Amino acid sequence: MTITSPFGQPFGDPLGLPLGQPDVRTPALTPVSDPVLEIRNLSVDYGYDGDPVHVLRQVSLTLERGEVLGLAGESGCGKSTLAYAATRLLPPPGLITGGEVLFTDRDGTTTDILRLNDAQLRASRWQDLAIVFQGAMNSLNPVFRVGRQIADGIRAHRPEVSQKEALERSAELLELVGISPDRLRSYPHQLSGGMRQRVMIAMALALDPQVLIMDEPTTALDVVMQRQIVEQIADLRDRLGFSVIFITHDVSLLIEIADRIAIMYAGEIVEDAAARDVYQRPRHPYSSALLHSFPPLRGPRRELTGIPGSPPDLSKLGGGCPFRDRCAFAFDACSKVNPELVFPDVPGDDPRRSVACLRHDPAAVRAVGEQPLPVPPELSAR
Amino acid sequence: MTIDTSIVEEGEELARPSQAPETGVVSSAPRRSSREPRKFLFLRNSKAIAGMVILAFFFLIAIIGPWIAPYDPSARSDDILQPPSWEHWFGTTHLGQDVFSQILVGTRGVIVVGFVAGIVATTIGVIIGVTAGYVGGLGDETLSVIANVFLVIPQLPLIILIAGQLPTVGGVTVALVIAITGWAWGARVLRAQTLSLRRRDFVEAARASGERTWRIITAEILPNLTAIIAAGFVGTVAFAVLSLITLSFIGIGNTGEWNWGTVLYQAQSQLALQRGAWWWFVPAGLCIALLGMSLTLINFGIDEFVNPRLRSTGLNAKSLRKRGIRPRIGFTPVVYEAKEDRA
Repeated sequence: MTITSPFGQPFGDPLGLPLGQPDVRTPALTPVSDPVLEIRNLSVDYGYDGDPVHVLRQVSLTLERGEVLGLAGESGCGKSTLAYAATRLLPPPGLITGGEVLFTDRDGTTTDILRLNDAQLRASRWQDLAIVFQGAMNSLNPVFRVGRQIADGIRAHRPEVSQKEALERSAELLELVGISPDRLRSYPHQLSGGMRQRVMIAMALALDPQVLIMDEPTTALDVVMQRQIVEQIADLRDRLGFSVIFITHDVSLLIEIADRIAIMYAGEIVEDAAARDVYQRPRHPYSSALLHSFPPLRGPRRELTGIPGSPPDLSKLGGGCPFRDRCAFAFDACSKVNPELVFPDVPGDDPRRSVACLRHDPAAVRAVGEQPLPVPPELSAR
Repeated sequence: MTIDTSIVEEGEELARPSQAPETGVVSSAPRRSSREPRKFLFLRNSKAIAGMVILAFFFLIAIIGPWIAPYDPSARSDDILQPPSWEHWFGTTHLGQDVFSQILVGTRGVIVVGFVAGIVATTIGVIIGVTAGYVGGLGDETLSVIANVFLVIPQLPLIILIAGQLPTVGGVTVALVIAITGWAWGARVLRAQTLSLRRRDFVEAARASGERTWRIITAEILPNLTAIIAAGFVGTVAFAVLSLITLSFIGIGNTGEWNWGTVLYQAQSQLALQRGAWWWFVPAGLCIALLGMSLTLINFGIDEFVNPRLRSTGLNAKSLRKRGIRPRIGFTPVVYEAKEDRA
């Protein structure tokens, strides 16, 4: 059986490989860079008054086509803010104070989302870039049947599609996420939490977007459901070829699903590397500490250590590395200069990974007149 | 009345964390040491300030008006129908009475009736509305029916009827009549909001921790209703002032007691407009408009204070416009102000 979307695009075989789309199963190994979303120097403030909190400071992140990028970090580090700012969905008093969010379409045209006007932005939403919200299962309107809600989303962007076609498409989408199409006529309260979550994912996929942002899509679910949803997302990604930004504080879940992981701390990205590299060879003390806060299922046993202290108050960050007070490897230079993302100072590392730590950046340390210290063995595992 | 309960509800989750520092001034004082001390948020709102200033002015007049009035407002003189002059700032009536003195003396009646009626009506509304919303069942049904009956009764004719039947009609009597006919709207809004609050988790938690019903109502539910009650109060005061003036204007009530409505009543009955005596009715009309405006401005202020989204926009709308920020949900404004310090 082949599902064909009413918009003429082949939709892929539920059991086999995608039709008419390149195989995107192993994007991490693709050497050529084909970014679909490039975030450059994005800065976000909260508060319009004279004393705003700088929640994101010059964050840059690249999402390759077909890639699952995990965004991890503790609560309040700016993960969700990054995703919402990139889509311009931050509610007041959020304010984007600078940067670029470049979206590259399938045909190669690039647009800066931050410079779109309202109409263009509205048209681009869901079509190019769809979002599954935090607590998405509460995003369904309780008084409408789920089929109609999915169809509404389709018809809002493609008015030429008839209601009947849209409903047929909704049925396909439900099937795609593993829900029987007869659920089309169910009300949200008749579905379980996991099913509602999957309805939301189906809805996000309705217009065949190229980027799917998932903001803690599994937080409210139990581990069994989490696993199902994560597998479903991975499977759909393989078949439909969209890219995913997966936001969560659950690093173990990310290692399962993500191709690449960006670790955020206090409004900055501190490490950006392939998932396997982050897991086995963390280069930033914070990533390393995060990984040591849950037990590995396989491999040698290691001691569980938490991260001492608590996240810094973003309104009171001075200069210097924001992690220095909680860092086991901090030294004099850490209070003088805020590290930039650089290639780690470990020979033989993947050239595409980067880390923001002064232990890896002797040049920056010398620039402020301090003596650089070597990379500790904990941060240079091979 | 401009308050929207859905905004209140929606804003609460946002409001609570951000309001905490403002209300707990003592506990948060050390944390804020680096910044300038903040004024009470409501008073940073220019609309609220403007409204409060005008209202304070009328309060002052209400208190000192009878003492500073240059003439006895009822005393006749030979200066008949004089336009404004240094002797008579607002001119004189057909009997040579001083309009300025009439306005000054009449302010007290307006303010007293407005606020007595506002307080009584709001109290009745809070008691009936919150009780109905919280107890539910038969009690709710009964109280709702009463409120609904009062809602559908045409208020002004009822006020006229009651006021006409009473042997002596002083200011406070009129205020009570207005309050008795005007509490139902507030009760209805409060009932709806209480119904929603009653099912919130924090009320459930309070009940689970063994709090008494009256304590849940006074300590958990009422603080959440403050904004609606305040807005309702302001609205009722405006309604009461207008009702009093209407009553006086059509000649019901004690014509010996001066208020702005009586001035208008006399101006109307003596054909001030036809005689071209504009000074007779314009000051009273302006006072009514000013008082109404001040109450509306205060209401706007409460509205913006309650809704955190409106709050941050209302505080410095001018500077936001200058920076080109239009705060909206779903379209985050972009300004290019950040320093580019990273490659």
